[in-house]
Formats: sequence, C-alpha cells, structure tokens
Amino acid sequence: MKRIVSLIVLVGVLMSLLAACGSTPAASPTAAPATAAPATAEATAEATAEATAEATETAEATPAAMTVVEYILATAAGMTPEAAAALGTIKIASQSPLSGDQSALGTGIRNGVELAIEQANTALAGSGVEIAFAPFDDQAQPEVGSANAKNIVSDPDILCTVGHLNSGVALASLPDYSNANLVMISPANTNPKITESGYANAFRVVGRDDLQGPIGARFAQESGVKTVYILHDKTDYGQGVAEFFKLEAEKLGIEVLAFEGTDEKSDFSSILTNIQAANPDMIYFGGLYPQAGPLLRQARDRGIMAQFLGPDGLDSPELAKLAGDALEGTFYTTVAAPVSQFPNAAQYATDYTTKFNGAAPPFSAQAYDSAAFCQAAIVTAAVEANGKPTREQVLAAMKSLPALSGITGTYSFSEKGDPNPATYYIFSTNSDPALWDQNELTSKIESAPPTE
Amino acid sequence: MVAEANVSKQNLQRQRTLQTLRTVFMPLGQLLLFIVGSAAVLGLIVVVVAFFLSRSDPKIMQTAIAILPQVMIDGMVRGFLFATIALGYTMVYGVLEFINFAHGEIFMVGGFVGAGVAYLLMQWGLLSTLPWIVFIVIAIVMGMTVSGLLAMATERVAYRPLRNSPRLVPLISAIGMSLVLQDVVRLIATSSPLGFNARFETPNFGKPFQIASIPLGERAIPVQISPKAVIFIVAAMLMLLALNYLVNATRLGKAIRAVAQDRATASLMGINVNQIISLTFLIGGALGGAAGVLFGMNIGTVNPYMGFIPGLKAFTAAVLGGIGNITGAMVGGIVLGFLEAFVASYLSLFTGGAFSGASYADIAAFSILILILIFRPEGLLGESTTQKV
Repeated sequence: MKRIVSLIVLVGVLMSLLAACGSTPAASPTAAPATAAPATAEATAEATAEATAEATETAEATPAAMTVVEYILATAAGMTPEAAAALGTIKIASQSPLSGDQSALGTGIRNGVELAIEQANTALAGSGVEIAFAPFDDQAQPEVGSANAKNIVSDPDILCTVGHLNSGVALASLPDYSNANLVMISPANTNPKITESGYANAFRVVGRDDLQGPIGARFAQESGVKTVYILHDKTDYGQGVAEFFKLEAEKLGIEVLAFEGTDEKSDFSSILTNIQAANPDMIYFGGLYPQAGPLLRQARDRGIMAQFLGPDGLDSPELAKLAGDALEGTFYTTVAAPVSQFPNAAQYATDYTTKFNGAAPPFSAQAYDSAAFCQAAIVTAAVEANGKPTREQVLAAMKSLPALSGITGTYSFSEKGDPNPATYYIFSTNSDPALWDQNELTSKIESAPPTE
Repeated sequence: MVAEANVSKQNLQRQRTLQTLRTVFMPLGQLLLFIVGSAAVLGLIVVVVAFFLSRSDPKIMQTAIAILPQVMIDGMVRGFLFATIALGYTMVYGVLEFINFAHGEIFMVGGFVGAGVAYLLMQWGLLSTLPWIVFIVIAIVMGMTVSGLLAMATERVAYRPLRNSPRLVPLISAIGMSLVLQDVVRLIATSSPLGFNARFETPNFGKPFQIASIPLGERAIPVQISPKAVIFIVAAMLMLLALNYLVNATRLGKAIRAVAQDRATASLMGINVNQIISLTFLIGGALGGAAGVLFGMNIGTVNPYMGFIPGLKAFTAAVLGGIGNITGAMVGGIVLGFLEAFVASYLSLFTGGAFSGASYADIAAFSILILILIFRPEGLLGESTTQKV
C-alpha cells in the first residue's frame, strides 16, 4: 500500500515537472516578425533613394571611402543592357533564429537584410537589377542551420548569405557553404574560428573575440593603469581572453601582478586577500557575469576599489542585478554596440522603426551592412561576367571589393575575411539592471585583424 | 533520612547538570583547540617556507607575514561553512550509515528560501527598517523549516522504500534526488522574479570590522572580518551547541543514539524507528538550511547549482573528521577550510606565480586530506569501525 502511494506521489511529481518543462518554451517570448505596411515602406524607400542620390552627388567631391550604396549604383551603371536582361532571379539568403528565445536578435538580422535589399532594389530600379530575399530560420541550433545551408546551396539563384547570430551555428553551416563556394557574411559571429578555419567564403563585419583582450589592455593603458591583477574562470573563453590581455598589457608596459584562474563561484575571500596585498590599479576578469557579480560585490565590500574590466561576458543586465552598487568603476569591452552608437545609422534606425514597428535590435545594422556588401559583390561580379554571375565569381568579387563605408563603419576585408578595421567598444556599467541598454560608451578603439 | 535523601538527590541532580554541561560544551573546546592548532601549524609552515624562500627574494617574507592574519580569518569562515553542512551528512550517516548526497541541494534550497524572504521583505519595504537581528532570525527560521521539511520528504519518498535494499541502491537514489532538486529549484527560480542567479538582499551590515593594519612597504594591509562572517561563525557555534545538547542530553537524542546503535533492538525498546529517522533528516536538513541562508547572505548571490561543490567538500570534511561524529564534522570542516585558504593564498606567492593558487587549491588541499586519511583512516575524531559505505 505504502509503496503504491509513494509510487503515485513520484509519478505525480514527474508529471508536474514534465508539464512545467513543457510550458516553458511556450512562455518564452517569440518575437513576431513585424509585417510591413506596404504603403509606408515604399514611401520610405523612395525617400531613402532620393536621399542616397543626393548623397552620391555630394560625396563625389570627397575622396574618402565610398558608401556601399554609391558603389553599387556606380557599378550597376556600367552594366550593359544585355547583361542586365540575362541576370534573371538573384537571391540573397539570411539565416538567423526567427523562433525561440533568441528570436528578438535573429529577427532583427532578418529585417536588416530585408531593408537593405528593398532599399537597393528601389535605388537600382532603372538598371534592371532586382534582388530577391530568402530568409531562413536556424532556430539557433547547429543542426537546423546545417540543414538550411544544404537547402540554400541547392538553390542556384542564391548567390550570397547573411548569417548567423550564433557562432556555433555558423561553424556547423560553413562546410556546406564552402563546398558550394557561397559567400557567407556574418553580422554577429565573433568567434575567431569563423575566419580562422580556412573557409575562403567566410566574411564578417564584426570584430573578433580574441582581440577583446588586447583592446582591454589598450584601454587600461589609456586610462592610466600601471598595475593589473588578472583573474580568469579557466574556460576556453575566459582564460583565452585573459591570456591575450596579459600579452598585450606586458607589451604596453603595464605590470601584471598575478595571473590566476579559479572556478570558485561564490566565495572569493582567498583571492581577495591576495588582491588586497597586491593593491593593483585594475582587476581584469576573463569570465562571465555570474562569477563576476559576487566577485565584485565581495571585493567592494572589502574596500578594494581598483578599476574592474572584463570582456563581453560581463555584458548582461544580470550583472547589475548581482553586483548592484558595487559596479562603480566597472567596464567591459564588446564588439557589439547598440544601433544608437553608429552616427551613420540614424536614417537606418528611423527606417527600421517605420517598417517594422519597433526599435532596431543589436546586430541588425550589421546585418544591413552585410547585405549591402553582398549586393556590392553580386553587382560587381555581374558586370564582370556580363550576365548572371556564378558563386565563384561573387566570391572573387567579394575579395576584391575596395574599402567601402556602410552604416556601421568603413570596412575592407582581410585575406581571411575579417573586417579591417573592426571597431571595439568599451562601456562603463550602470548599476540599474533596467537601464543596462543605456550603459555609457567610454571609449571606442579601432583595430586591424591579427595578421598571423 | 528524608533530608539526607534529598541532599543526595540534589547532588545527583547537580552532577547530572554538570555532566550535561560538559558534554554540551566540551566539543566547543575541542573545536577551538583545533582552530588554534591548525592555524598555528599552518602558520608555522608558512613562516618556515617563507624564511627559506626569502633568501632569494626578501619581499616574500614580508608579504607572507602581512597577509597571514587575513588568510587565517578567511580559512576560519570557509571552514565554518563546510562544518555546518557537514553536520547534516554526519547526522544521517550516524543513524542510517547512508550518505545523503542530496544534502548539498538541501543546503542550496535554504539559500534560495533566504533570498526569497529577503526579496519579499524588500518588496514590502521592510528590509531597511527591520533590525538586522530580526531579519536574520526570520530568514534562518524560514530556511530551516523549508529545508528540514524537504529533507524529511526526500527521505520519505526516495530513501525509506529502499531501506532494506542493498546499500548502493539508496545511494543512487540520493544522487538522483540531488539532480531532481537542482532542476526543480532551477525551474521555480527562473519562473519567479528571483531568476537563475538570485541576489540575496540584506540590510546594510556596515563596513567590515578592522582588526588590525599591517604595514607592507609604504602601504598598510588591513586585517578585517565582515559582520556577515561574524554572524556566520556565531550562528555555526550556536548550531553545534544546540545539536550537541539535543543529541546528548534529551530523550529524543537518546532515542536517536539508540537507533544509531541498533535499529532492531531500539524498536524492541519501544522506539518508533521510522519516526526517529524522519526526525534525524528533519534536524540535519534544518541545519543545512540554516547554513544555506547564512552562506547566501555572506556571499550575496545564490543559484540552483551552488550546493554541489560545497556539499562534496562538506562530505569530505565529515569523513576527515570521522563520519558519524558531530564534533568531528565541525573539526573536519575547519581543517579543510584552513587548508584551502592557505593553499589558495600562498601557492602563487611561494612558486613565484608559476602555479595559480586559486586554481590548484582543491588539488593541494585534497592531496593533504588523502595523506591524513592514509595515516588515520577513521578520521581525526572518529572511532575505528569496519563499516563501509
């Protein structure tokens, strides 16, 4: 009898657990892709086209980098009518999570690409070039991304892909793109492996994780730091960033007092005793916010007031929740800045809001630029091929593009596909979790990709 | 005659009270002895090593001495953490000869309950107005209640039906329970305003107490202990006293000891064995819950997986002290805490930065533990038995 009762209790507990698990995904927000209101969209596109046309005239005087849109227009003007007629359908694909808990960012990427294609089509209206858009949902899962990639390469009209949000997904899909010589431009992947794995077709418009360390060291030097105490969390990410920070800091003449790893998550007293004895100007922490929060709190409680710097693992409102007031004097480096940080993206931000009824999320401006570079490469290749280009020709054109300025910065691509220069941002933190988006930009450092 | 009988009765009474006091307070003395002892031994080792190393670099000696008092305090706070969790392991082992691997999770639940209480108080605007002692009492009582009842429920659901099966079976069940509890708490936490990494709000306890200040070069290194750590230590000592009193001087304690010695015979003497085992889990769980609240308060954050590592180390501490022995659990915790703090703070200094102390602290501390256990397999205070888990 008792056994039966406890069996029933156990089954009941398991059932409720399952039920609770089942209900979580449904509860998580699925950002509905905003459906465009056609009338307003056209109006905006026309307005933009006019604006761009004007811009083209004024910009000719300055020898500074051409904007991508100007480049596309100028190149398309050189196309023969026969070539334009032979183009047929050309598509640009996007891959990003459109469902699941990362869909807010993923939808932003899709929308950014859509906006870029739409605006370019309007601008190119007379030339006979029209590009179609094929969005894919990678669900932030490597296997889904890879399956989509097989679909994408089997469509001969797709000549360029913009994606992904997650480096893991991009790395799973890259072999398929690479076999088909299909260009992939990533608006968000910061993992060094994207361009370091020997894929000739991988490009990105954002910086690399492995430069966050050196950038942090340069920031430390700029802010007058003489001695630094380096901690890391013994993970690939944390220790990697911390080691690069250390190398650069030593090169810049900053004294490294210690380099310690710890997987302690809660009680940092032993480490803090050593820090107190060493009395550094700055503590660099290579790791993530769940560890950094209590570490900071306990450090400030003990009266350790050194500056605190970390990589983008600290970039989360959770950090503000965990550390609260202890965040004073805390900075983090990141490759992703909100759209408001790009002076040239103001027009984009308004266009985005009109078309999609919401503020442009991070990485969507980069997606817009990625799509623009795609178009530039396609148009260049089309002119050279005097008709519909092959993927190989698009790839070759991509590699030969001059330095062009998009809305997030001026880029040319290194041999490996990294942007040159990439911009890195240093933010100072805000102790109110609700205001995390308004963290103040402390410094902006441009850096060329590593050549080795 | 009557008067004489009365006198001898009084004498007997007094003797008994004295004996009770002795059994209750003796462990505290033992504990203090071990604290002072391990601090002195480890401190001496540090000074000797620093002396030999300082021939090449005189700065090592200075730094080593300057941080020594602070390291001892760190070690003591850490030790009391392991000690309070180890009490729960040792209680259950003493009675059932069974290692309750879900105890680390019971500890974590206590921390979460404390964080929840603090969160609610803050929402009601009471946190800053409430006297700190009231806050601590409320949080600890709530944590003890929930954790104690949870431990009791765990025993009822996952261990009692398996009591007569081979020893490994309840052990596996305990590991399963530990995983279940982690994820149930994660589920509850992430769907509540606390979130996965929950902040443990506290009233303002003020600045750490500055005990001394040691000059190092042109600077002074403070020796300090935070008010939260003091509360932790005081509460842990009170817990030890209360537990000792309960086990050694009450009828319930007598029943627990009887069940621990021989379940069948105890049952023949009219002790309800199931009830006593339930109560043992309740007490052990409540102690774990209190430790969770105090720990969460001390470090400022709690998360659903925070119980695993301290639980494992507390189990080690219980074995080191002699599992089944209450004072032994405390002593084992203290020794382990000291070892970790010393290794973490000095390894890097003594190896010239070649080995990061914080990352090798566990390895070094556990190597020393293995050594101690090779020479004293029954643990520091344990009696030698042939029983094995």
